[in-house]
Amino acid sequence: MPYRLLKYAFKNPEELGDPRYFDQPEKLKSSYDVVIIGGGGHGLACAYYLARDFGITNVAVLEQGYVGGGNTGRNTTIVRSNYLTPEGVKFYDESLKLYLDLSDDLDINLMYSTRGHFTLAHSDSAMRTSRWRAETNKHLGIDSEVVDRQFIKNEVPYLDLDCGGTHPIMGALYHGPGAVARHDAVAWGYGRAANVRGVEIHQKTQVTGIKTNDDGTKVVGVETNRGFVQAGKVISMVAGSSPRITSMVGLKTPIEIFPLQACVTEPVKPFMDTIIVSGSLHCYVSQSSRGEMVMGASADPQELHSTRSSFDFVEGLTDQMMDLLPFTGGLRLMRQWAGMCDMTPDFAPIMGKTPIDNFYLDGGWGTWGFKATPVSGKTMAYTVANDKVHDLIKPFGLDRFDTYKLVGEKGAASVGH
Amino acid sequence: MSYRLQEQPFEWIDRSKTVNIEVEGRPMRGFEGDTISSTMLANGVIHMGRSFKYHRIRGPFTFANHDINALFENADKTHVRGDVELAEDGLKLKGANTIGGIAKDKFRHLSLLSRFLVVGFYYKGLFKPRFLRPFYERIIRESAGLGKVDLNWRGGRKSKRYGFCDVLVIGAGPAGMAAAKAAAESGAQVMLVDENAQIGGSLDYQYANDASVADTRSELKEAVLNNENIEVHTSSVAVGWYTDNWMPINTPNGIIKVRAEQVVMATGLFEQPSIFHKNDVPGVMMASAAQRMIARYAIKPCEVAAMVVANEDGYRAALDLLKAGVKINAIADLEDHEDRGDLAKQVKAQGVQIYDHHGIYEVEGKDRVTSATLCPLNASGELDTSRKTTVPCDGVMMSVGWAPATHMLFQCKADIKYDATIGQFRAQSLPEGMFAAGRVNGVFDIKDQIADGAGAGQQAAAAAKGESADVQRPEPTKVRQSHEYPIFSHPKAKNFLDYDEDIQLKDYINAAKEGFDNIELIKRFSTNGMGPSQGKHSNMNGIRILAKHTGKSIDETGSTTARPMFHPTPVGHLGGRRFRAERVTPMQESHVAHKAVFMEAGAWLRPEYYDTEATRTESIHAEVNAVRTGLGIIDVSTLGKIEVFGPDAPEVMDRICTMRMSNMKIGMTRYALVVDEAGVITDDGVVVRYADDHFYYTTTTGSSDPAFRTLQKQILEWGLKAEAVNRTGQLQAMNLAGPLARQKLAPLTDIDLSEEAFPYLAARTGTMYGKPVTLARVGFVGELGYEIHCLSGDAAEIWDNLLRDCADAGIRPFGVEAQRLLRLEKGHVIVTQDTDGLTNPYEAGMPWAVHMKKDFFIGKRSLEILKPLQARKLMGFMFPESYSGGTPKECHLLIKDGELNGRITSVSYSPTFNRYLGLAYVDDMNANVGDAVNVRLDDGALVEAELVSLPFYDPEGKRQTCDVDGTEEKVA
Repeated sequence: MPYRLLKYAFKNPEELGDPRYFDQPEKLKSSYDVVIIGGGGHGLACAYYLARDFGITNVAVLEQGYVGGGNTGRNTTIVRSNYLTPEGVKFYDESLKLYLDLSDDLDINLMYSTRGHFTLAHSDSAMRTSRWRAETNKHLGIDSEVVDRQFIKNEVPYLDLDCGGTHPIMGALYHGPGAVARHDAVAWGYGRAANVRGVEIHQKTQVTGIKTNDDGTKVVGVETNRGFVQAGKVISMVAGSSPRITSMVGLKTPIEIFPLQACVTEPVKPFMDTIIVSGSLHCYVSQSSRGEMVMGASADPQELHSTRSSFDFVEGLTDQMMDLLPFTGGLRLMRQWAGMCDMTPDFAPIMGKTPIDNFYLDGGWGTWGFKATPVSGKTMAYTVANDKVHDLIKPFGLDRFDTYKLVGEKGAASVGH
Repeated sequence: MSYRLQEQPFEWIDRSKTVNIEVEGRPMRGFEGDTISSTMLANGVIHMGRSFKYHRIRGPFTFANHDINALFENADKTHVRGDVELAEDGLKLKGANTIGGIAKDKFRHLSLLSRFLVVGFYYKGLFKPRFLRPFYERIIRESAGLGKVDLNWRGGRKSKRYGFCDVLVIGAGPAGMAAAKAAAESGAQVMLVDENAQIGGSLDYQYANDASVADTRSELKEAVLNNENIEVHTSSVAVGWYTDNWMPINTPNGIIKVRAEQVVMATGLFEQPSIFHKNDVPGVMMASAAQRMIARYAIKPCEVAAMVVANEDGYRAALDLLKAGVKINAIADLEDHEDRGDLAKQVKAQGVQIYDHHGIYEVEGKDRVTSATLCPLNASGELDTSRKTTVPCDGVMMSVGWAPATHMLFQCKADIKYDATIGQFRAQSLPEGMFAAGRVNGVFDIKDQIADGAGAGQQAAAAAKGESADVQRPEPTKVRQSHEYPIFSHPKAKNFLDYDEDIQLKDYINAAKEGFDNIELIKRFSTNGMGPSQGKHSNMNGIRILAKHTGKSIDETGSTTARPMFHPTPVGHLGGRRFRAERVTPMQESHVAHKAVFMEAGAWLRPEYYDTEATRTESIHAEVNAVRTGLGIIDVSTLGKIEVFGPDAPEVMDRICTMRMSNMKIGMTRYALVVDEAGVITDDGVVVRYADDHFYYTTTTGSSDPAFRTLQKQILEWGLKAEAVNRTGQLQAMNLAGPLARQKLAPLTDIDLSEEAFPYLAARTGTMYGKPVTLARVGFVGELGYEIHCLSGDAAEIWDNLLRDCADAGIRPFGVEAQRLLRLEKGHVIVTQDTDGLTNPYEAGMPWAVHMKKDFFIGKRSLEILKPLQARKLMGFMFPESYSGGTPKECHLLIKDGELNGRITSVSYSPTFNRYLGLAYVDDMNANVGDAVNVRLDDGALVEAELVSLPFYDPEGKRQTCDVDGTEEKVA
């Protein structure tokens, strides 16, 4: 029995003097150096790195719901760095490296588990994209390769390589470092670590407006459902709600919101050690540490600002899943849910400074926000603290949509969007 | 010991038919209609399974489809619900989530370690030191999950169908039956759905002995089962509510999808446990579970009972127990039985000792409960443990409150608030098309329930006709039905809040203390309600505990989100019958006869090549040679074929394509390049102009549908006078190509093929073999060629005739691979292969295809900006003829000084040039023809290739215009 658990066995949490994960301050202060809008993984990570790396602790994280209740708690927890562009690969690889040490950093078991990640190819063109990604990845030192049917068969013997007779699997992109982690714990760990360093986390606190100076060139504070607070700097880290925040300062972005749905089966004894993605069949699956099979598909085909579930999603997904994993017909689906993805035209995020002084943006995460949590927190903290865009995120500036210097990550999407 | 009782009035078992099952090797006999659990009980077995976390022994608990500790499995399936799934003759089962069986489970003593397995223990520990992490992970994974999956399982798919009704009623209890009856009698088509094997609901188990409802019961059942306007589905569960009353119903035979005009939710309630020490020991159960056992399966729940009650239903259950011959040693009433009405008096009159203002503090017993200890409640609602009364018993029945089945009401965004008078959530208002009736609606009196159901049924039927019914609905009850806090702490814990996840009271409170004092957060941290029953017996108590801990009201505390599925639903049912559209062209028979090897192109099957030579490569090269030197024909029927008509058709085409189309002469064709608003190439094809106001437009195989959608949308959006028709399936096409094309085709058509009458890029209509055709002179493969477009019904005949009549010219059908090679030699791009998610026409080497002088076309603004930003260009490259190293492949990278310098998009060994050649993006605007580039192969080797000008083949384009080697003169 590990010692760490012994101490909990005989004492209550308050007797142990462990820090509460998140204090619930009664009141908002009248002024903060930095206000972070959004208490998901990114917002809390940014708060943590601001405090840890730059000593900026007069920080409030404002969350309209509860900590990690947005896409942090809704994604399918996959971490990988086998992206398509050099910019994307470097960025996500830094994130993956941060993840490897994160349990120790935050003193919470994130159950980060390296599983290996297959992106199955069922067509010539999917094979070509796989090779493109593998070649780019290898060039940048990422463990990533195109594998053949035999390799897949050895690693995932229960996969039907013939897919029920249509669109058989030709090969795959295999990414050994692909991993899963407990998504909620990432938010909780960052939240607690920021909290103990003095950052205030205010849940059920909705930003209703952003105040600027008279000519609208500089942000000075935020209006909330609990009153106005002055802010030296304001960062929007709200993923699916990004357009709502940016419209408060009249900032135009090309972000469009699409629901992305997922579901889980009842928990069954773990048998699946890898993460499997099929772009052609629009589905991906892994098995959680609780034993549930966690499954997702493409984003919904139409824009919608809602987290409603749809039945056609589970119909389509389960149909394809039985082609890949024929035994799943005997399992039961337990729960489905949806998140809102803030998609950009080039499938890369929007990060950094904006034309409005003291207003910073971290959005456009589409379906990749979770894997980027540590690195986005870290680089945004750097950017805000120094008022200078971190090198790793320079390619992701909002102005690229004016200058057409787009990043082109569409080919790295797990499934079609 | 047998628990089977004498015949019960509404029992579900057929005593004339026995069934035999085997549970972990032990044979058991039951009757048809018995569930697995009731069969086990009839054979004296109360141990149904092991709990998830601590592997504690568990017995029957709800008998309402969420006994998650009575899960079984066999060779065919797992997570078989013992409490509701039928004991089919010959069934052989074992407990899920055990190693070595239910009795001798390897982890049966894990409970002793529960002190160490605190809430969220896996977050707190099991990750240090780091080198042990894989070991810990293995332990966590070994203990995760319930049932075991057999990876050889197959099947499970069941066809889905659509159902139609005016009024869908969920729940066939008293309110639901009344609703269905009233709606049907008002003229509505009704579908009535219930998860139980039989209709009747609480009428048949809670009110089985209530003589006052005897007539109503038979009247309702009669009406429901015999009304031809009511379609009844039992053992069927509504999967969830989806937008616009889209309600899938999971039946044993598959899912019925219903777009219900109106819905009546008569979903009833789930009974909720009291939380006390060892409230999970076998023998402790919901009072309603005991009533179900007795009424449905004639099972005596125990010999001697103790009860904890907080409502009149508890006394109704007590009377049922007494009637079944159960001795009741004590009833702890959390309040005062005097306030409960007549039933409590009847119970007392039968000599049962009632302890007012008492709760159950703890029970004893290991394999089965042996005694219960009652303590009085003090003024603050806590138990005074200094005054204990212990009574022996082998069963403990809890009737302390209910949680309404509001899941689907939450999903449809009803306004749901906590009704403190009744002690439950209740919808204050409902969206259009939605009604709630019965106890889920807070109406408890049985006659009121029926009246409420009937009223809702009438209203729903009227609403379905667009009318409204003036119906007086009963008021919700004014009597508390659910206790505010039937939850008691104990120093030894083992007082379970959630039986799926083995969450004890202190676990939950500690989670709140640690900062997870938000209802959604505490769910995620403590896992309360995350098991297969999704909180049906734990969410309500969880809310109560958190509300008390934080000093907030129930409404302020809120509930977790109730998402689909209402009940876990088989994946095979959700996926339904497997259907994969596979499209073939009318020439399929010929392809097969010519030994085509097919490839999938979306839904289409296309000949990749014809297996005529010794190897694939040789076959493809033979096809290429035929086209280059004689005659070949390819089936291009899969191309999208769209016609655009109307006075504004020229304008539409100008706006869709990058090239100007409005100045095209009638009878001519033009290359059609399409980009999106960001200037990225999305499609290409050929446009034919038939008339001033009539264009015919081909797209790539995959783009037929999206291109048509875009056209339709844009025509509407622009408000132009034009119509688009997608004729992809109606028309077929083939490309006859090679230096002998004109010579062989001329005698077969009434169209004048002479150069003057039918120049390159022209299109003509006429007939071939008496069939109407359009011929278009296009040059994708770089030879003299005619695309022949014809009606689907004529295509196979034309194709076959051509192969026959051109046999003397050595005609060969060629496949997609040969075409790819031919076009590559000609330097033509394939959209999506030689373009990617950012490619614009300038990068793709097609500035000539962009007519910037047009006022507008989709993507024009972007292309204006992109033109000067061009940072890469698509160029041709060749390997030396002498090259003999590894195979270059598409998407191999170009490397310059160790940095990325581009990517191959197409590469092939050319039989025409006897070397590898291909197209590549070069990330260097200064790169020139003649420069060397380095290609990195699979093994990392860098090999040198030379950039060459495009096209590789016939750079002057003479062959397409047929100025070739004298073959021309032979044509008349």
